[in-house]
Amino acid sequence: MRGWRRSDGRKGIRNYVAVAYLVECAHHVSKEIAWPYREQGAHVIGFPGCYPNAYALKMMQRLCTHPNVGAVLLVSLGCEGFNKKLLERTIKDSGRPVQLLAIQENGGTRATIQKGRDWVEAQLKELAAQPTEPMDVSELVVGTICGGSDATSGLTANPAMGRAFDFLVEQKAAAIFEETGELIGMEGWMAERAITPELGDELKACVAKAARYYETLGYPSFAPGNADGGLTTIEEKSLGAYAKSGASPISGIIKPGDIPPRGGLYLLDVVPDGEVRFGFPNISDNAEIAELIACGSHVILFSTGRGSVVGSALAPVIKVCANPRTYARMADDMDVNAGRILEGTADLDTVGREIFDLIKQVGAGEMTRSEGLGHQEFILTYKSFEPIGPACLPAVA
Amino acid sequence: MANSETDPRLLVLAPGDNIAVARLEIAVGTALQVAGRSVTLQRAMGFGHKIALRDIAAGERIVKYGAPIGSATQAIPHGGYVHSHNLASDYMPSTVPVEAAP
Repeated sequence: MRGWRRSDGRKGIRNYVAVAYLVECAHHVSKEIAWPYREQGAHVIGFPGCYPNAYALKMMQRLCTHPNVGAVLLVSLGCEGFNKKLLERTIKDSGRPVQLLAIQENGGTRATIQKGRDWVEAQLKELAAQPTEPMDVSELVVGTICGGSDATSGLTANPAMGRAFDFLVEQKAAAIFEETGELIGMEGWMAERAITPELGDELKACVAKAARYYETLGYPSFAPGNADGGLTTIEEKSLGAYAKSGASPISGIIKPGDIPPRGGLYLLDVVPDGEVRFGFPNISDNAEIAELIACGSHVILFSTGRGSVVGSALAPVIKVCANPRTYARMADDMDVNAGRILEGTADLDTVGREIFDLIKQVGAGEMTRSEGLGHQEFILTYKSFEPIGPACLPAVA
Repeated sequence: MANSETDPRLLVLAPGDNIAVARLEIAVGTALQVAGRSVTLQRAMGFGHKIALRDIAAGERIVKYGAPIGSATQAIPHGGYVHSHNLASDYMPSTVPVEAAP
């Protein structure tokens, strides 16, 4: 692998220009700015809300200083509540070029698009000339998620990704799993894997919080489609999602925007703290992907049975298809065919190793299917979190 | 890990599991070797659906992937179909700790 070294010592496997809108009113202008450069490394991210939110600010700070990002254009309407000066300062302090354009002060849509494009084009030229350095597996952060699941997800893709996670952790990379709402019933098992008893208690509390949150929302954690696919109980469904975490000890719990302090396996707690506010914790898979990326993930492993097509802005998504029939229909969207396990032509270890090797190839510059197809989905909504407690990141002896 | 006396159309996920999973759709009336015994399917098995690898008593835990996924609500015979008519969740949200994470 090779990476671009940033001032905080982390390395990026991509060198993108992020075009970030700071309110929905600046979204169109941002898209127009980035569009001609979408295949050359301009990615649109942003926060649509007009009212300030500490979580959204932290997410944008982490995303704009993500190791895969080399320069940032901030696009403001001008009157929104986002703390754009603080975000601009954070980016500048990270050593990255940053430009803040307020549409109201720059002559409106057309003039701002032109100014933005001029800036992005100049930055892309600069970034293309920046040298890379060799990068080790131990410098990687990898996130995992499942979406569009069916009964095959828990049988093939998720446990195979779990094997890949084990290989990563063995080589001192940081691996992050999440979806606490889909771990309900598994908390006792998870707690036994924690590196300290106190972390085990935190893991249980984390799942209890998710259960309570979803109960309040009436979230359909077990859908009729799950039963049609052969799943009978919430434990059984959770077990399938849980298999993504592999078998390594659990080193800590982080929240969106927290960066794993060292290699190991981490649970990302995505469920907001306090009373239920702002609706569903994550309104779609890309909201979770954005959080995994804000935690520093260079690459996302995405398991799908029914056939999701999404990618993401800022970090490549590796699609692991669990169902051989889905793979046959949608091979162009899939990076790995884990359905071979069901057909009896590959075992979990083989596919796990294949995923691990692919991560390294992507880290060496190879494009994933969703990257090649131009997928750059991104979504960020309101949330609120308390900082993690001291037991969540135990010191390593 | 797969039981050699079990039809390859069934997937035994971990040693100690008392159910296996269908790799593909299997028609009603099909004769299958299930953990050393021949069984004739009393109903079609959908892809991903479960079959008992031995006699399971009412109240016994159903184990998949080495982990309990709930308990049998009635006796399930060797080779019997396992789903919501005879398997229910053990998970009781009220038994988990209610303190919020700090």
